[in-house]
Amino acid sequence: MIVAIASGKGGTGKTFVSTNLFQALQKSGKAITIVDCDAEEPNVAAFIYGHDISRKTVFQHIPEIDTKQCQFCGKCFEYCQYNAIVFLPMANFIKVMEDLCHDCGACSYACQYKAISETEKPLGVLKTFRVNESSCFIEARTNIGISSSVPVIKKAIKEAEGQPLVLLDSPPGISCPFIATVSFADYIVLVTEPTPFGLNDLKLSVETIQQMKKPFGVIINRAGLGDHAVYEWLEQNNIPLLMEIPFDVEIARIYSEGKLLVNEDKAYLEQFLNLYKTISHESFRQ
Amino acid sequence: MNHSVNEIVLLSGKGGTGKTSLSAALATIGDKKTMADCDVDAANLYLILQPENCYEEAFVTGFKAVIDHNRCTNCGKCISYCRFEAISIIDENVCVSETSCDGCKLCTHVCPVEAITMKPSNKSRWYTGIFRNGVMVHARLAPGEDNSGKLVNVVREVAIREACELENHTVIIDGPPGTGCPAISSVTGARMAVVVTEPTRSGLHDLKRILELISNFNIPVSVVVNKFDLNKSMTNEIDLYCKQSQVTVIGRIPFDPNIVMAMVHCKSIVEWAPDAPASKEIYSIYHSIFDML
Repeated sequence: MIVAIASGKGGTGKTFVSTNLFQALQKSGKAITIVDCDAEEPNVAAFIYGHDISRKTVFQHIPEIDTKQCQFCGKCFEYCQYNAIVFLPMANFIKVMEDLCHDCGACSYACQYKAISETEKPLGVLKTFRVNESSCFIEARTNIGISSSVPVIKKAIKEAEGQPLVLLDSPPGISCPFIATVSFADYIVLVTEPTPFGLNDLKLSVETIQQMKKPFGVIINRAGLGDHAVYEWLEQNNIPLLMEIPFDVEIARIYSEGKLLVNEDKAYLEQFLNLYKTISHESFRQ
Repeated sequence: MNHSVNEIVLLSGKGGTGKTSLSAALATIGDKKTMADCDVDAANLYLILQPENCYEEAFVTGFKAVIDHNRCTNCGKCISYCRFEAISIIDENVCVSETSCDGCKLCTHVCPVEAITMKPSNKSRWYTGIFRNGVMVHARLAPGEDNSGKLVNVVREVAIREACELENHTVIIDGPPGTGCPAISSVTGARMAVVVTEPTRSGLHDLKRILELISNFNIPVSVVVNKFDLNKSMTNEIDLYCKQSQVTVIGRIPFDPNIVMAMVHCKSIVEWAPDAPASKEIYSIYHSIFDML
């Protein structure tokens, strides 16, 4: 089973939930893999340690135009949907703008003169750490200045293929990096907070997930702050509330130091183990 | 870049550090402002500023492939060419996954029977509205649509135009989290960046990455530590890091549940509790920013 932990709004506690759930299950002897899919700002490594077992660079293809072979016909320029090819026919000038290229292959297909070959450009790094005999942590991390984290995220999730239980710590938002992550999931846990911002972004996430027809449930973090609107909305829409985590300065302190709540407080260890039971039950029921 | 307008962008790397709460406060202090909510994925500023929208326009985020099953022979050539794994065979028919399709159009070219066409995704919108202390431009990216960077550009450009018309030469940009395309689009052309962070391990890690991104743009950058008193030793660590990187910390906002209560009542913290320590600190941040311009 693949479980994604996601939220529209940033900073609601996705990493907090996924790392504590991982730790609770790992401690109880379950074989589990956590993948940090927030490749633009990966933070799982602040909480989970392991033995570094592999490092891989993720590349994308970038077309290279051989101006000796090129007949300046402009077909590649016409095929490119991303304005990644600059073409000035009068000046016999053609150039690839690497940052705009989406690695779709259309220009290579378009060229009839074999003037386009493809080179590789590094996008980011995948690191795999062994946490114990049966548990792993995989981190996706894009290089600074790379605009799309999607290829790195997809490679990281593929790396976890075949593992019995995988947690995906999703990037925030509802656009491509989020979609790339949750599209692999069998069940999605949305983490929100009981504030107008939290509710607004929860609605956006739910709308997106419902289009994808994935089963999901909600965790309310920092309960006690804000208002009751999130609770009312969940009830009206029959969305399961999987867990509530109260706002507590002590929890905030533990998190801020890069520590795990389940290591510090036995009652929460129980709660996170119960969360897993609820998720298993819900994913089966929905 | 428009030289007559100063764009100030608020970024954070990590989400949920308080960019929007700070933006809303800056929007409601002093002269009329032009605000641009560039977190088009999960726009929240409108919840506090409650603009009355006077203009709305659809935005085409891209195109998605559509297969005409009357023509398609299920030869599978498009499947082998698609690099986004967006085409597969479901129930013996070739199908496109809308969420995976990148709109590159290659499949329309490779199809031997011309069974594939492209249809525009135009469910996203952007808006211009009037709020109690100026104008705001914001947008809504339709669920699952991509190209948020391009939509960010539109929001910024419209905000600059509005600021010129108002003869108000400052645009405050409430930026998105992360370091990817919407963040890059938000900082491009800005006159100055303010990074909002929090005193946590993750906050510091993400601060380092966003500062690295901003350093490519050669613009002045300063840091605000929000909820600084939740972990004072982490705040000291952030101060030290900023000092070493020669970045000025222009404010330390204390944790205050009033900020959430202000949000619940659609007010900024300076409107809701003007005498709260958090508000006082934000006034001082406001002056630091505008003195630097």
